[in-house]
Amino acid sequence: MRTNRRNRSASYVLPAAAILFSLVAAAGGTDRLNASAAPQDWFRAGTGMGVEKARVAVADFVAGNQGSQPLGQLFTDTVRADLEYSGILDEVSKSFLPQADPGRPEGLKEADWTAAPANAQFVAYGTLTASGNTLGVDAWLSDVRTPGAPPAIGKRYPGAVTNEDVRRVAHEFADEIVMRLSGGVPGIALTRIAFTSSRSGTKEIWVMDYDGQNQTQLTHGRTIAVAPRWSPDDSRIAYTCLAGTFQICMYSMELGRTVAFAHYGGTNSSPAWSPDGTRLAFMSSGVAGSPNIYTADATAGGGLKRITVSGGPDTQPVWNRKTGQQIAFVSGRGGLPQLYMMNADGTNSEKIDLPDMGYVVDPDWSPNGQLLAFTWRRPDGNFDIYAMDIATHQLVQLTRDAGRNEKPSWAPDGRHLVFQSTRTGKWQIWTMLADGTEVRQLTTEGDNESPNWSPK
Amino acid sequence: MMRGERGVRFALAVAMATALGALTACHHEAPSAANPAPTAPTPPPPRPTVTLQASPTFIDQGQSSTLTWSSTNATKVVLGADSVAPEGSKTVTPDSSTTYSITASGPGGDAATSVRITVSPGSRPAEVSAPPLPFDQLFRQNVRDAFFDYDKYDIRPDARDALARTAEFLRRYPEAKVGIEGHCDERGSLEYNLALGAERAEATKKFLESLGIDGNRMSTVSYGKERPFCTEHDESCWQQNRRGHFVSAR
Repeated sequence: MRTNRRNRSASYVLPAAAILFSLVAAAGGTDRLNASAAPQDWFRAGTGMGVEKARVAVADFVAGNQGSQPLGQLFTDTVRADLEYSGILDEVSKSFLPQADPGRPEGLKEADWTAAPANAQFVAYGTLTASGNTLGVDAWLSDVRTPGAPPAIGKRYPGAVTNEDVRRVAHEFADEIVMRLSGGVPGIALTRIAFTSSRSGTKEIWVMDYDGQNQTQLTHGRTIAVAPRWSPDDSRIAYTCLAGTFQICMYSMELGRTVAFAHYGGTNSSPAWSPDGTRLAFMSSGVAGSPNIYTADATAGGGLKRITVSGGPDTQPVWNRKTGQQIAFVSGRGGLPQLYMMNADGTNSEKIDLPDMGYVVDPDWSPNGQLLAFTWRRPDGNFDIYAMDIATHQLVQLTRDAGRNEKPSWAPDGRHLVFQSTRTGKWQIWTMLADGTEVRQLTTEGDNESPNWSPK
Repeated sequence: MMRGERGVRFALAVAMATALGALTACHHEAPSAANPAPTAPTPPPPRPTVTLQASPTFIDQGQSSTLTWSSTNATKVVLGADSVAPEGSKTVTPDSSTTYSITASGPGGDAATSVRITVSPGSRPAEVSAPPLPFDQLFRQNVRDAFFDYDKYDIRPDARDALARTAEFLRRYPEAKVGIEGHCDERGSLEYNLALGAERAEATKKFLESLGIDGNRMSTVSYGKERPFCTEHDESCWQQNRRGHFVSAR
């Protein structure tokens, strides 16, 4: 199964499908399905390897009373969109679904769903009930190929009677399904993406749901705010803002406002969090004149410590999210910017060799610490997104022939990436599966850049 | 095209570029020149070179600008559609912003470059309001920016000359303080350009220090590619954005 991964010299850049096995296997971790769900164990063989994925049908959710009628369609549509984009299952197309919607387990006729054309293994279904402003969704996931088995999921999801809350509850249910069918890796339907948008007239930090819904402006500095990065617990966003010179700035999601952070001399940018959330690494030219990597206390910026001493510009540090032991970064010490790796204390700095020279920036470490995504403009080529296995240096190209593509950021499931692209003209935010498929546009208004996927 | 919403900056940039007189045009890579074959029986004919400058590069509609060019190792030089002498100058009065291209051809190959003259329609408010302070005028006339090659921050020969003029001015006005802005063209990435712009501002400052200007009189700031002087997608525009730009910080 892993023969390709050791074959380092023969072929550096592989088609996307070849590396996807390792993506999925790595994302799944060791915590496989428990014994009662053992029949789905075949899933571990992997997306994109020609092995069948779990086939899931989502029935129309039934309105239990009149008040819940308009919300049922939104709930069903949201669950379907989430599952379709999860990348771990095969969703039955709407036109193949049986006419009758079960609503409750006693109404589920397994044979209708296992038969052609649905051919489902699992069915998601349920009932919405509204009472005043209170909404309750009873939702189930049943394995229709094992009649008599208790539902894999059977849960009441409480919420409010608003479109926003219906979407939230639908995301919760979809995430639960994804977790069950993917061996314990949580879904990402409740995650968010921070980004920079110019739509208000100046570049400010914005945040949106993972599917592009609820785009909300966070900062109002009216200068330039770019390169947001979520703290590991999602409570804060560090970013780069122009305040005389470029400085490290901090936004508290809990307080809903910017909070004080130390100002340093010179130009400062590209903050990144240590996995425990206690330190920031960033670029600063304040002390040495030349931009180098420093770390500081993440609370208020004290305890500034220089960790690179090169003559050329060093920037864009990113901690290994799994181990916290290494920092990947970008340096122009040899001319064009290239990827480097060092220990988190700055020792053992080493260039990551790629097959040919070019312009390499924007490293981002996958949640399992095994893959680096980055932006690479190869000689005579365009800016495209690549992913590299750190251990084997095996590479996969994820975008091609579609404008300029930069600034990849991993979703917490390790299966999705968000990036910025000019493929439709202006810079916009897009997401894709980590094999380069299922590309979706999330923004359309103004210029949108520097996406960063929340770690939770 | 200059960005309309930054009027003050626009006026300053126009004034700077007018004072600057000549912008250095395209940087051409000459990959073979650095490594001539050691035992070549007949040396290859030398590559032609050509420079083209416009003075000023920013004019109002109806005003004129002078194009000045020179070439080496060329048997034929074409400016626009016209064959011209290997060296010369010509006055032009474009109605709208125009890019002038020149090509020099010879046995050693071709070389080409271009320069852009930006034409502003109508007169600017500066002409009808009170005259600016003499110092500001002198600053704009005498302080020269340093221009850089793509992805580089070493001081080029033309930037040495420009910074020598700037140093002369700063020596004449020892009270004057300056801010040095590092700028980059749009082709690099946002975050790397913030670092590169910091290097350009720092290299500009260091060079002035080497000419005897006190570092305490100079502050640096990088704008990366966030505050371009020019937003067209061609080399003459990119070159204007790769610079260490001086602002008066009295």
